[in-house]
Amino acid sequence: MLGQLLSSLTDGLLLGFVYGLAAVGLSLIWGVMTVINLAHGPVIALGMFGTYLLFLKGGCNPYLALLAVAGMGLVFGFLIYGVAVHRVLNAPHLSTLLATFAVNMILIGVGTAVFTTSPHNIDFSLGSLEVGPITVPATRLVAALGAILFTAALYLFLYFTRPGKAIRAVANNRKAAELMGIPSAWILALSFGLGTMLAAVAGGLISTFFPFTILSGGPYELKSFVICVLGGLGNPLGALIGGLLLGGLEGLIPTFMPVSWVPVVEFGLFILVLLFKPSGLLGAK
Amino acid sequence: MKSKGVCLVAGLAILGLILGLSPLGAAEKKVVIGFTASQTGKLNVEGMRQVNGLNLWVDQVNAKGGAKLPDGTVVKFEAKFYDDESKKERVQELYTRLINQDKADFLISPYSSGLADAAAVISQQNNRILITAGAASDSTYKKGFSLVFQTYTPASRYLTGAIDLLAKMDPQAKKVAIINEKDKFSTDVVNALKAYATDKGYQVVLFEGYEPGATDFAPFINKIPAGVDAVMGGGHFADTSTFAKQLFEKGMKAKMVALLVAPPEDKFAELGEAANGVIGPSQWEPQAKYSPEAAKAEGKEWYGPTVKEFTETYRAKAKEEPTYHSAGGYVAGLLLQKAIEQSGATDTAKVKEVLDALDIYTFYGRVKFDATPKNHGLQLGHDMIYIQWQKDAQGKLFKQVVWPEASKTGEVAPYRTK
Amino acid sequence: MRTWKLPGFWIPLALVFAWGLIILIMGQDTARETAFTLMMFVAMASSLNILLGYTGYVSFGHIVFFGLGGYFGFFLLSQHDWNLFLAAIAGGALSAVLAGLLGMAVLRLRGAYFALATIGINEAARAFVSNFEPFGGATGLFVNFAAYERYGGAGKALWLTFILLWVATLAVVLVSFLVKHSRFGLGLMAIREDEDAAMVMGVKAPRAKTITFTISAFFPGVIGTLYFFKNGNVEPGDAFQLHMSIESLVMVMLGGQGLVLGPMVGAVTYQGLRGYLLTSPIFKDLHLAVAGVFLLLIILFVPAGAVGWVRGRFPRVRRFLE
Repeated sequence: MLGQLLSSLTDGLLLGFVYGLAAVGLSLIWGVMTVINLAHGPVIALGMFGTYLLFLKGGCNPYLALLAVAGMGLVFGFLIYGVAVHRVLNAPHLSTLLATFAVNMILIGVGTAVFTTSPHNIDFSLGSLEVGPITVPATRLVAALGAILFTAALYLFLYFTRPGKAIRAVANNRKAAELMGIPSAWILALSFGLGTMLAAVAGGLISTFFPFTILSGGPYELKSFVICVLGGLGNPLGALIGGLLLGGLEGLIPTFMPVSWVPVVEFGLFILVLLFKPSGLLGAK
Repeated sequence: MKSKGVCLVAGLAILGLILGLSPLGAAEKKVVIGFTASQTGKLNVEGMRQVNGLNLWVDQVNAKGGAKLPDGTVVKFEAKFYDDESKKERVQELYTRLINQDKADFLISPYSSGLADAAAVISQQNNRILITAGAASDSTYKKGFSLVFQTYTPASRYLTGAIDLLAKMDPQAKKVAIINEKDKFSTDVVNALKAYATDKGYQVVLFEGYEPGATDFAPFINKIPAGVDAVMGGGHFADTSTFAKQLFEKGMKAKMVALLVAPPEDKFAELGEAANGVIGPSQWEPQAKYSPEAAKAEGKEWYGPTVKEFTETYRAKAKEEPTYHSAGGYVAGLLLQKAIEQSGATDTAKVKEVLDALDIYTFYGRVKFDATPKNHGLQLGHDMIYIQWQKDAQGKLFKQVVWPEASKTGEVAPYRTK
Repeated sequence: MRTWKLPGFWIPLALVFAWGLIILIMGQDTARETAFTLMMFVAMASSLNILLGYTGYVSFGHIVFFGLGGYFGFFLLSQHDWNLFLAAIAGGALSAVLAGLLGMAVLRLRGAYFALATIGINEAARAFVSNFEPFGGATGLFVNFAAYERYGGAGKALWLTFILLWVATLAVVLVSFLVKHSRFGLGLMAIREDEDAAMVMGVKAPRAKTITFTISAFFPGVIGTLYFFKNGNVEPGDAFQLHMSIESLVMVMLGGQGLVLGPMVGAVTYQGLRGYLLTSPIFKDLHLAVAGVFLLLIILFVPAGAVGWVRGRFPRVRRFLE
């Protein structure tokens, strides 16, 4: 029982870091411009395919490929922002929800045409680590490490660089920031780019241990919503902790009830938190 | 749009009338076989094998000049199909289209129980015979359909043989863990498996299902108690191979791992070390020992090519080794051909009558359908064989038939006990 | 109120009525199947519009009511031998009751928070049903083929289902119009423009929103039952497809939110476009992407939707296009 709990919890927490990373991206976008990015899932899937193509066709190490994927994610985010989001930023929520969803449809549509919906797989293994009752594939360990690294880098960027500080200023009060001479359009685009970059990287990390299709981003997008709400929407670091919380839950729940009940508990909790503490479990207010 | 469709239908009808009345048309008849293929989506591997098998049959029968009826009419077959994207709502839309627009006379099911089930409703509603291939789930045949016929051994008999094999391998074995995909087919398999195992005195220590499309099996593998003797279950190709891979990565120790659908596929060997020792039930393998002589000894009729002929022609045409999915597709067409020839007609009622009473041997083994209203169309004659991935002297993976005794090509080996 | 004298009242009703009648007279199976799918979406989009269009609340969970109501209706039909008509009404009633209860809790949330909550509800409902044994768990429920016999065979049963769907669609359009032209509806639109101001003006926003949610949830339950009966079975994966919710949203936007005719036009256009793209050799693989591009263009440049745009452009036709 204890052995099972330990290994289950380890698996859950390791995955939790990666969930968290994906959610940090979503949370950042919400925090800066109160947009729920419904194109988050396909971007995660594109991150998976980017890594896959670089690994398979470019023959490069998946972790090296990740850096390229991050760069592409950033540019891609700029693009989505410029084309779909900027114009409707001040319109009612319905518009941004549907605009990002339109992007979702376009990405999935093109992705289906190019990659089909058949599963793909990165055939890459670092062996398994065995400690007592716990056996963990090394790829998952590295993925968790990667997630921590990227979140740390984001933190440093937000708090110690000029553009980072500008992002926080715009998130705080866009009008005031504009009056201070911060070019808000560029900062908004940059935040959106960073958000999609993190999603793409999370996808790349996941692709090293799970098979995937162009639709695989969907479940992670949904998990990101749950995590953001747990950690407080618009609080990127809270999102990482939210991710750990969700991962921990996914590790804990199966010890006590059938695994298939996990989503019922997850989404039930999600609704309850939204109802009773919409600022998030970790939210300050 | 609509009026154009009406014109087209009317035009076709007139054309059909002219062809039907002309003296030339009396000697040759065209029968349209409709089906959907999972060319894309999660079932594409198995789905395409089945279509390859079916197309091979169409080519062969037409190349031989078609099926010859007792009254001298020659029946040629035309295959008409669409991609169903492995999606159920597409299946229903497309079968309605196949029947009404493409005027399909007979239908073959798509691969997988879920999709076939959706197609079965449409075919029965429209009074068309549907031969199912790759649709093993028992539940489809308990719904009161009278025109649906199953070529596969039903799901309830998929893994029960693995229990017998386990008993022979190690009489001391007691604990079995069952983890399956939560879809119709796999659920039917494991429910029957659980009942059978409990009946034989085994203890089912874990009995859980995962969502179709699952990729993370760690939560399930973690729940398997230490000291388990056998892990059984799985679902379809994509999820089951991931499951096998993660079982290996998580250092699973058990005497037997028996999983559905994926192991008999050659692609399964791409898992490398993780495939070694995995056992899988198969409807048919190229090593199968069915022959016209054996059928004769049993007093049954033999129909169609021999195992060797099928295997060689399939290999030449599809440029791949045939698996049971390929054989299933081929035999679905072959059975229709047999029933049409024997009934001397191409209308639903007469062909159904022949199929109801059919009891023959083909390269695929014996085929006999349940004709009682309660389980109409359920396959009674056909049996499973069990294969295991083993390593030869050079360390290369190959498939060994390990069960039943009568057809085995080698001894079974334990999965990994360390 | 002299609503029945307005041409905008009669036009949508007359259109749906004539459409169903033509299909009945044609008596063709393929035409019926196509019309069934299309009409189903017209009804789904119109019922969603009652919430989305009039109150401005974006719900991604409209499909929950289709799924749960449909499941319940199908359960009564297949396990307890209920008559199709009664089962459909029961399915709708269950959806309505659930929406009432859910609405009391969830409708306290505003804007994006509400939208997020509805996504959560959809996932939770699907996961719950796939574990719920009375509804057949993961493998779902099916109706024995013999059940069609009591309606005079499968062919007749399918026609009956179509007729019921037709009646349900007429009912949605009627209700949609009546809500819009009532005092209650004016309150809803005040909520859409500015909820706080509406409350100050005496609109009981929480109650009004919950009632609207209930009304808009009733119809998906009815339609779900009919749809699953037509299919002969129901499984969790088919019953709760998030993308069907979203397609309904797209249709409402396409035609014009807050208008009775809007969702109808949107549904027909969207399905027509989708059907064309699916069969065209160039766009076959790209149909989703092309639909996405259209949606994006509408959101960015014609936010009022097709009917809304016409109304804005030609004020004279307004009284015909409600």
